[in-house]
Amino acid sequence: MQNSALCTSSGAVIGSEQCPEGSGRQTEKMQRREMEGSGTECYNMESGKTKRTRMALCSARKILLAQKIGLVGLLLFLSFILMAVFSMQLAPYDPWMRFEPYLLPGGEHLLGTNDLGNDILSELIYSTRISLIVGFAAALMATIIGTIVGLLAGYYRGMTDEILMGITDIFLMIPQIPLIIVIASFLRPSFWLVAILMGALWWTSTARVVRSRTLQVRENGFVQAARALGFSDFHIIFTDVLPNTIHVIAPKFLLSIASAMIAEASISFLGLGDPTMKSWGTMINFAFTRGGFINGYWWWYLTPGLCITLFVLCVVLMGFAWEEQEQEYGGLE
Amino acid sequence: MSAVHSDATPILQIEDLSVSFDTAAGQVKAADNVSFALHRGETLALVGETGCGKSVVASSIMQLLPCNAIVRGRAVYAGRDLLGLDEWEMSRIRGSEIAIVFQNPSLALNPIIRVGDQVAEMLRVRKGAAAAQAMQQARDMLSGLGLQGEEKMRMYPFQFSGGMNQRVMIAAAMILSPMMIIADEPSKGLDGALAGEVMAEIARIKTQSGASLLLITHDLNLARDISDRMAVMYCGEIVEIGRSEDIFNEPLHPYTAALLGCLPERGFQPIPGSSPSMINPPSGCKFLPRCPKGSERCRRKLGMAAVEGRGSTSRGNESIGRKVRCWLC
Repeated sequence: MQNSALCTSSGAVIGSEQCPEGSGRQTEKMQRREMEGSGTECYNMESGKTKRTRMALCSARKILLAQKIGLVGLLLFLSFILMAVFSMQLAPYDPWMRFEPYLLPGGEHLLGTNDLGNDILSELIYSTRISLIVGFAAALMATIIGTIVGLLAGYYRGMTDEILMGITDIFLMIPQIPLIIVIASFLRPSFWLVAILMGALWWTSTARVVRSRTLQVRENGFVQAARALGFSDFHIIFTDVLPNTIHVIAPKFLLSIASAMIAEASISFLGLGDPTMKSWGTMINFAFTRGGFINGYWWWYLTPGLCITLFVLCVVLMGFAWEEQEQEYGGLE
Repeated sequence: MSAVHSDATPILQIEDLSVSFDTAAGQVKAADNVSFALHRGETLALVGETGCGKSVVASSIMQLLPCNAIVRGRAVYAGRDLLGLDEWEMSRIRGSEIAIVFQNPSLALNPIIRVGDQVAEMLRVRKGAAAAQAMQQARDMLSGLGLQGEEKMRMYPFQFSGGMNQRVMIAAAMILSPMMIIADEPSKGLDGALAGEVMAEIARIKTQSGASLLLITHDLNLARDISDRMAVMYCGEIVEIGRSEDIFNEPLHPYTAALLGCLPERGFQPIPGSSPSMINPPSGCKFLPRCPKGSERCRRKLGMAAVEGRGSTSRGNESIGRKVRCWLC
């Protein structure tokens, strides 16, 4: 209480005057907390629009500065997206065009050619698209299933919760990669199948996180108020509870992209991916089965590995930065 | 002042409503044989100290109690027993026929949805109104409550003060013109001036639409100012019910008298002792341990008794007349 009293008198001053001097992280955090705490008071006290805008700008810049790793991740992420979207313009050759096989890196072919004579750099750039699509599709599916299960379990509690969380536990026990291997080896391997299988298996942790957040949100006054105003459960879940869980779903989504991509790479490496589609995993698989490893052609197998690592890293960095920010800002209150 | 028509059937008739909660410590009897009637256009104030079961009565009418609550009795609204309705039927009555305004408005609004949308949502979702039309009506409603301007419509609840949020809540509750309004401590957490303002707004809308108001409060002066009748609750039971003026002028039940004695202008006399346990309430009169006039016969179980001729102006009408739960009256 003392803190908020202090804020009304000095919060605005701290926020607007001292902000431009980039002080240590600790003080930044403190200032941010104070500004947050005094938000309403400051607003009510000063109707001046300029002061408000200045404060908002300050806090936005602080978030970016404090979350430098998140910014690095975002830039990396955007460059991968650009690579996937403009692969046609970026790649020097058509990845299916054949040159002399096993060429060493040089002027014509920056990363050499593979066993079929395809340009490896072009292959690498084109593979971005499939790898990203599989990662996103699997993560999206996992997030949607996980969110729905978590929302229903957390909102209805009781029997629904028991049943849904029981199913979640069963899915958690299933060894995922071996199951995908078994199914993929029975069915014709295609990258959509891999994406769907992963999506259907990877939703468990999202479901648990969303459930616990929903349990927290549903106890808020506004959920009770929405019931008292006669809104249906469906409406409450999707317009009152879901928007208040987005900030735990979004970082979870980013992290599941990372794990889906690693899984896709492992499955493709085992030769269960789609052989007609070029992805980073299949590139490593071909490098492994067709003499790349034995001959030490590191430019063939190391570059896709590096791409996978970098992409997973940037996604994880963004996810962590987001989560950390959430923790600092706390939940609803 | 009184808009009560003695011949009309009440809009809400509560009969022997008992609510108890199963807890680890035992069964908490939060409401015990509560009966009252609310007439069309009438304002009934349910008063009593904190924890006497006022809010529980309101929540049980709306079926908003937690799942460990055991509810018995009847709450007849427009010929239907509300306590027997299923969740789906109940959700159609909530908001459109019976609206409730909660005590903490800042927590009762979704923090991440603009206030204009939260009011318009009622019309869009409940009545299927077009978005633009719903927004227009919400705008009219809010400006009627003193929140003019497009800018206010686009603000979030955390940018509003408690009083402004209270008005948004009232707008959302009233926009479908309900026949009955339950205001659960609308003045709690607001300063005196604001509380008066908010209550005046509720009263104005109520008169406009001809709705009935069930006001739940521990603010006795507020209750006297705006209510037609008053029901005093103690430890889950209604101990006295009657016209507000009569109760203020001549409290019959010792508890009512003691409660009024707590008011600053009436001597600021605290009631000795504290409320009995709701798990193991005393048999007979629950106020006996604190009652200055208690005697041996107060240990026996007793019911509500109509008091004829004492401050009762509408003699002969049982649902409006004054009743007291006391052996001494």
